[in-house]
Parts: sequence; C-alpha cells; structure tokens
Amino acid sequence: MAVSTSPPADLSAALVLEPVAAADWLVILPVAWCLAIGALLVMLRRPIGLHPFIAIAGLAGLVVIDALLLHHVIVSGPVTMVMGRWLPPFGIAFTVDLTGALFALAASVVALAGGVYSLCDINDSGRRYGFYPFLMLLMAGVSGAFLTGDIFNLYVWFEVLLISSFGLIVLGSEREQIDGAVKYGFLNLVATTLFLVATGYLYASFGTLNMADIARKAEGLRGTAPLMTLTALFLLAFGMKAAAFPVNFWLPASYHTPRVVVSALFAGLLTKVGIYALIRVTVMLLPMEREELSFVIAVVGALTMLVGVFGALAQSDFRRMLGYLVISGIGSILAGIAVGGPGGIGGAIFYALHSMLVMTALYFASGVAAKLGGSFSLSSLSGLYRRHAGFAAISLMLAFAVSGLPPFSGFWPKVMLVKAALDIGAWWLAAALLVTGFLTTIATGRFFLLAYWRDTAGGQGAADEAQIPVAILLPLGVLTLLTLAIGLYPEPLLATIQSAAAGLSEPSSYLNSVFPGAAR
Amino acid sequence: MRSVIFRTVAPFLTSLMVLFSIFVLLRGHNEPGGGFIGGLIAVSALAVYGIACGVETVRRAIYFHPMAIAGAGLFAATIAGLISIAARVPFMTGLWIYPSLLGVEVPLSTVMLFDCGVYLVVVGAISSIALSLEERGGE
Repeated sequence: MAVSTSPPADLSAALVLEPVAAADWLVILPVAWCLAIGALLVMLRRPIGLHPFIAIAGLAGLVVIDALLLHHVIVSGPVTMVMGRWLPPFGIAFTVDLTGALFALAASVVALAGGVYSLCDINDSGRRYGFYPFLMLLMAGVSGAFLTGDIFNLYVWFEVLLISSFGLIVLGSEREQIDGAVKYGFLNLVATTLFLVATGYLYASFGTLNMADIARKAEGLRGTAPLMTLTALFLLAFGMKAAAFPVNFWLPASYHTPRVVVSALFAGLLTKVGIYALIRVTVMLLPMEREELSFVIAVVGALTMLVGVFGALAQSDFRRMLGYLVISGIGSILAGIAVGGPGGIGGAIFYALHSMLVMTALYFASGVAAKLGGSFSLSSLSGLYRRHAGFAAISLMLAFAVSGLPPFSGFWPKVMLVKAALDIGAWWLAAALLVTGFLTTIATGRFFLLAYWRDTAGGQGAADEAQIPVAILLPLGVLTLLTLAIGLYPEPLLATIQSAAAGLSEPSSYLNSVFPGAAR
Repeated sequence: MRSVIFRTVAPFLTSLMVLFSIFVLLRGHNEPGGGFIGGLIAVSALAVYGIACGVETVRRAIYFHPMAIAGAGLFAATIAGLISIAARVPFMTGLWIYPSLLGVEVPLSTVMLFDCGVYLVVVGAISSIALSLEERGGE
C-alpha cells in the first residue's frame, strides 16, 4: 500500500532542482500547444480560409507530441512536472502515467480525424463562429484533464472543455441546437458543481489536492475522514459526465443536434473524460472505497448497458441510436471498474480507448449516410449499399466493432471484461455484458438491413454514382483500419494496457515520480 | 446620456482610466492589482467612451476586434509559460531580467508577460460582450 503512518516525506532530495530534461516537457506540451494554436486562431479573424489548415497541422502536431509522450512514459515510467518550480503537494503537478498517455493519444487521434472531416462539414459561417479555435481549446481541456496530477486542476480542465463544448454545440444557433445545448449545458453544470463540492470536501479532509499525495494519505485517514461520502459524490459527478444510467438522459437529448463532426468529437472525447476521471479517482486514489461500492457500480454499469442498448433498439434516427450506443459502452466500462483487478481495470481502459475510436467513426458514418441518403431517419434512409459499396463495407466493420465481434477492437476488451467478471463470480454481470453485445448486434444489424440493403422505393438509377469526398473517407477509413488493426494484432496495446492498469492499482511508481525518494 | 458635458469629458475620462488600468496592472506584482482588475478598469473606460460617443467610435479606436485582442492575450500568456523551456526550468517558472533603460533598472519578467496576457484577455473578452450589449441597447 502507499503509506502506513505517513512520516513527513524526505524533501531534501526534491530541494535540489535539477534542470528539466527536454523530454519532460512533453508532459505539458500538449496543453500549451493546443492553447497557443487556439489563441493564434482567435487572433486570425480575417483569413478564415486558413483556419482549417492551421488547425489540422496543429492537431497532427498534437498526435506526434502525444505519441512521443506515450513512448517516453513507456520507456521511463510516469513523468512529473510541477508548474512554476513549486514543490509537489503545493505546486500544481502534471503527472503522466500510462493510462493518461494512452487516453491523450487516442483523444488526439480522434481530434485529428475530426479536424480532417470538418473540411467538408463546417462551412464558412461555422468557421466564422469559431469552430477551429473551439476545437483547439477543447483539445487543450481534454489533454489537460488526462495529463494533470492535481484534482482541482482536473476540475479546471473540465471547465475549459465544457465551455469549448458549449461553443461547439451551438455552432449555427439553430433552434434545435439551442434546445440540445440547454439540456446539455444545464446537466453538465450540475455535474461540475457536484465535482467542485466533492473536491472542496476532499480538500477539507485531506488538506491537499495533489493526486499522489491523496493516494498516500488515504490509508491513514480511512478511520476519520468521510471517504465513502467523497467517493459516492465523485461517482455521481463523474457518472453524470459519463452518462451512466440514472443520469444519462442528457446525452441522447443533445448529441443528435449539432453538426456531425461535433457529435462525433463529443462521443469520442467528452464521456471518456468523465470515465477517465472516475477511473483515476476510484481506482487510484480511493481503492478501498471502490471495493466497498463495487456492487453499486456493477448494478449501475449493468443497467447503463441495458438501458443504452434497449434505447438503441427503439430509435429510428441514426444519430440518436448512436447516442444510446455510447451510453451502453459506458456501462461496459463501469462494469470493468466495478470488477476491479488487472483484468477489470485493463478491460475498462481498453474498452474506453476502443469506444473513442469506434464511436467517432460511427458518427462520421452517420454523416456520410445522411449525405448519401439525404436523411438521418431510418424511415427514409435506404439503398446505401447500392450507392456506395465501399462505404457499406466500412459501416459493417464498424457495426461489428461496436458489437464486440472479432476481428475488431471491440472483441478483446469484451473478452477481458467477461473473463474478469466470471473470475470473481459475478455471472450476472458477465451475462449482462454478453446480452448487451448480442442486442447491439441486433440494433446495428437492423440498421444495416434497413438503411443499406433495403432498395430505394423510387428506382435503381442512383446505383454507384455517389462520390464521397476524400476529406470524409480518409478519417473514416483510417479510424476503421485502426480498429481492425487493434483487433487483429492487440498484443502491444494489450501489454501496455495491462501495465497501465497495474500502475493504477499499485501506484508506487506514480508516487515516486511526484515525490522522489519518498517513503513507501 | 449624450449631453455635451459628457461627450466633452468622456475622452479625457477614458484616457485617464486606461492609464490608471495600466498602472494597476503593473503594480499588481507585489501590491493589490494585476491583470484581471486592470483589464476590468480598461473595459469600463471603453464602455464609458462607448456610451458617450457610440460603439462604432470605440471599435475604430481600439482598431483590433475585441476577440483578436483576447486571443493575443491568451497567446502571450502561453508564451510566458513556454519561455522557461529555454532556461531548462519547469513550465511557468518566473524568470527575470534587469535591463537598464536610460540609467534606470527595469525589472522585466515572464510573470509580467503573463499578467499582461491576462489583462488583454479580460479587455478583449469583456469589451466584446459590453460593446455588443451597448449596440443592442441603442436599437
């Protein structure tokens, strides 16, 4: 365990300030980079045509930075940088372990795909509204949330990404969008307030906000501090962010209103930030309380899965159905968190990464379907297979991936989760996972049958005429290839995720990185 | 509101307030003040000018679009953090130089650059809101 009696840490080692290695800058660079590019885009108001290219170049840079960061973390373990040269628990620490680096890399890949897709989806008025600056600032918030090692700082990044997402969701200011934005905004503000209340409560009990410090002190405070209350509050706040069952209704009410690319980015990024925060807090900071609450989390997870997938079965709008599938995926991740252990946590992380890629790609596919078929509604979408066979193939692959069928990326996390659930004897949780997978197959299969295979009522004239622009096909294809590649060759990712999960449940290397030489 | 007295006084009042806002910005390192408060004072100066002489005049006077000013501020603040790469110290560490201008030692720091960034962000963002509200109010 972290510490038993928490003797004052030996700070003398930390007082000798060595020059910061250039590689350590990778810890803060994703955030600073996104902020700088976002600010640059805000300044460039006239040459609106340049925005997409600067943003795409910036996002490509972000992918490179995050990949280097992941490599750095794999090679040399968790990395810490404390802002402004203050010593840790007082300075704001950015600490990146494998989990954070993996999430950040997946997020940047999704954002780059979204940036390329937006070339055809965001017109001049969207650009003038500031789509690209908002996108960069959103990524600053998302990267900051994944990389920070300070719980109040996590709250700040949540705010940054929330405000950017408000900007993105009302892009265009149509009536329906405002309606969706109000629901989205109100419920997210409630969740953020709960998060802030919980953080204040945590600070009152621990006297520190640094995650490593909290993890060290939790053991000693278990008898006196109301840690269960804290954990329950965090669970509710992050569950709301992640759209877990009793507080999930904001997601299907808002995700189908904005532009396709905005829905895709939200589906790929926002709920996953909530899940990441939940994993970080419950698994690393308050592991005993997670154990206590695991039954509650498991029930919530199972209900989220089933509610999500039944919702998906009932929908006739492409994007609404996808919204429910996002929720159902969150349920599977919660099941992993509830089960715990390397299998459960690893499965949860893997499922979250898979869900980021696949849900974004599916939203892209819904956009393409609407472009080809002229509607998001199942009642009028038809004959897509005849219009573009390649696109139909991609959609089928994505449908397999989201249902958790081999050989795609959804298969492995599902296997891990089911196995972990069976190992601890939670057969009903494993059954819920399998039933959800089966029902997801039916939901997506029904869609495929009606939208792709059903012949258009009018006639056959439009056969194979449709062209899909490269800017749309490229991100869609690359994301699909990624899920296929992960499905076919999961070993390297699986190994990384295993050690990420191990690092979360036994965070001694994380603590060492923040407090070098501190007592165990 | 557009009385002759107000219109005559407003430019002087505005310039005084802007001057005062910069004073507040610069003294903010060790004493009460700083970028945020300074920015708010500058915005109220612009608002007074707008009430007296019309929003169009203010927009012409500040030349840049308010959001562009805010963007420049954010950029400056980010750069202030990134300068520490060169000194091989962590992000946002305060770095100082003491050049002497005309025989006077002038302490300059990344902290000050950051505070100026905050000032510009506040000026840009709040004046963007204030000016568009004043525009609507005139209709």
